[in-house]
Amino acid sequence: MKSSCKCVYAVSVLAIFVAATGFLGKAPGREEATSSAATAQIKIDNFAFSPTELKVSAGTTIEWINRDDIPHTVVSDDKTTFKSKALDTDDKFSYTFTKPGTYSYFCSVHPNMTGKIIVQ
Amino acid sequence: MKKKTQDELLVDHNHDGVDRRGFLKCMAWAGTGALCLMNGGVLRSAGLSGISGSAARAKGELSFAQISDSHMGFNKPANQDVVATLKAAVDKINALPNPPEFLLHTGDISHLSKPEEFDAVEQILKSCVAKDVFYVPGEHDVINDDDAANYMQRFGKGATGMGWRTFEKNGVRFFGLVNVMNLKAGGLGSLGSEQLEWLGKELRPLSASTPIVVFAHIPLWSVYPEWGWGTEDSAQALGYLKRFGSVTVLNGHIHQTMQKVEGQVTFHTAASTAFPQPQPGKAEGPGPMKVPADQLKQLLGITDVNFVRGQKALAIVDPNLG
Repeated sequence: MKSSCKCVYAVSVLAIFVAATGFLGKAPGREEATSSAATAQIKIDNFAFSPTELKVSAGTTIEWINRDDIPHTVVSDDKTTFKSKALDTDDKFSYTFTKPGTYSYFCSVHPNMTGKIIVQ
Repeated sequence: MKKKTQDELLVDHNHDGVDRRGFLKCMAWAGTGALCLMNGGVLRSAGLSGISGSAARAKGELSFAQISDSHMGFNKPANQDVVATLKAAVDKINALPNPPEFLLHTGDISHLSKPEEFDAVEQILKSCVAKDVFYVPGEHDVINDDDAANYMQRFGKGATGMGWRTFEKNGVRFFGLVNVMNLKAGGLGSLGSEQLEWLGKELRPLSASTPIVVFAHIPLWSVYPEWGWGTEDSAQALGYLKRFGSVTVLNGHIHQTMQKVEGQVTFHTAASTAFPQPQPGKAEGPGPMKVPADQLKQLLGITDVNFVRGQKALAIVDPNLG
């Protein structure tokens, strides 16, 4: 092969290689989490959290929605990690669980209403 | 066994001065507004019309009324006009044969702890013949963190701690207790050590013949723990009250009338003026119970209490608004 052709050939191979790795770099498995954060919903109705126990991955935002005809609250057992204001019918409360662990919570108005979030 | 007269029930099965079969029969009558009077362990009943001729007019009497669970601000199908039903309750009180000297409100005054809700209740109660109202909070009155302080600011005159209070009327000692603060996950109502200590201290100098009335929002006996209808640490309070000859415990929270007699203690819950709730275990949860519109007022009500010196138990009647 003539030297000018070799050069062109090498650049072409390099270009294809860069393009190929560039393409691989954009594969879904390596995308940043911020563009599609995980969310989950918990319904409050008939004096109960539904589901009562929920497993989610770290970084998930859980939204509680009150479908009951009585106000409720969502308060972590330690009363500091998360605490909603009074939620009347159709009111919502959200919290993002960044750290793995087990989070027990209850309704501070009706304390026998309890729930648990397991963050993995 | 003595020969029975029409309204007397004289069989003391358990030898404790309480005629249980008669008591149950009396409670059935009570649902229709009958008056059950206990005199020396013997239960007698009289229709509402019989009260005016009864010993209740004797000297040294005390007459007061209890309302509960007005839930001002509630506007769902179970009752879309809680203002109207509270006004009907005031009309009922104003028409009682023995005008009450004061009112007890056993909590859930508001529905969402909002200032305008409390304002509305206070305004409506101004047209009651009884001008003095003694409040204790329900859990709906102290939902958010600053609500406890707001409650004390509005209703705390004469009260201590988080709103508990004691006062005397005609030789009867009243204790308004607060069992809806600092509730813990999975728990029931709670009095807390500070309040219990205060109660013990206040009761200590009283003679055992002092009639006692305790009023608090959540029942001080275990009505139905599955629905939170009970108070975790009430046993200690009831222990302090054990030596007294006449103790009446008036509660709300369950939105239906219920009564239990245990020795010298009569436990009684009032109906709500806003909406009824199901009987224990008869529904999925203790939420507002929808009934046909023409039946609603029959399931709402007030409680009329009369004390006659010399009689151990207070006479308690629950007229409904229907």
